[in-house]
Amino acid sequence: MNLRHPVAIARGLGSAKDGTGHWWNQRVTAVALALLTPWFVWFIVQYAGADQAGVHAAIGQPFNASLLLAFVLALFWHAKLGLQVVVEDYIHGWPEIALQLAIKFACALATIVSVIAIGRIVFSA
Amino acid sequence: MAAQERPLSPHLQVYSPQITTVLSILHRATGVALAFGGFGLAAWLASAAGSAEAYETSRQLASAWYGQLVLFAFSFCLMYHLFNGLRHLAWDIGWGFEIPQFYKSGYAVIALAVLSTAGIWFAAMRGAA
Repeated sequence: MNLRHPVAIARGLGSAKDGTGHWWNQRVTAVALALLTPWFVWFIVQYAGADQAGVHAAIGQPFNASLLLAFVLALFWHAKLGLQVVVEDYIHGWPEIALQLAIKFACALATIVSVIAIGRIVFSA
Repeated sequence: MAAQERPLSPHLQVYSPQITTVLSILHRATGVALAFGGFGLAAWLASAAGSAEAYETSRQLASAWYGQLVLFAFSFCLMYHLFNGLRHLAWDIGWGFEIPQFYKSGYAVIALAVLSTAGIWFAAMRGAA
C-alpha cells in the first residue's frame, strides 16, 4: 500500500521536500566556479603581494569587483553544500547538528564579510 | 530486539590504495581544505577593506615562509579540485565511465593539477621579482 498522495509522487520531492535540489545546486555552483576560478587565479596572482592602494585600485574596478563577488558567493554556497555532505557522511548525533550549524553560520558570515569588504572598497574608490 | 554489532564493510584499512579511491578521497579532502581557504580569502578581503595596519598584518602573514607554504598548498588544492571537479561533471553527463577511462582521466587530473600549480607559482614568483 502506498500512503503517499498522488500529488506528492508527481512532484517527486520525496519526504525531505528537497528532491535533487542539493545535488543540482552543488553542480550549478561547481560550473560557476569552474568558469570563475581561472580569472580568480589570474587576479590573485597579480595582486596578492601588492600594497593596499594597489589592491583597492584593482578591486575598485567594477568589472573585477563583480567577478570577485560572483566568485565568493559561488564559493561559500558550494563550500556549505560540500561540507554539509561530508559531515552527513561521517559524523552522527549531537556533534553532527552542532557542526552543521557551525558550517552554515561560518559560510554565511564569510559571505557577509566578503560582500561588505568588496562593497566598501568599491564604493570608496 | 537488541541490535547486534556486526562488522561493517568495506574495511578501508585492508584495501590497498588505488588511483580511483585515492583521487576520490583527495577530492573531499581538498574540498574541505578549500573551504578554509575561502575563510582565509574573506579575512584577506576584510583586511584589504580595513585599516593600513590590518592589511600590513595580513600581507606579512601571506609573505612569511609559512604563509607561502599554506598558499602553495591551497593553490594545489584549488587546481586539483578544479580539474577533478570537471571530471565529476563529465561523469554526471555520462562521460568516461569505462575503467580504462577512469585511470586515464585520473592521471590526467594529477598531471594538470601539478602543471597548473607550477605555472601559478612561476607567474607569482616572476611577478614578485
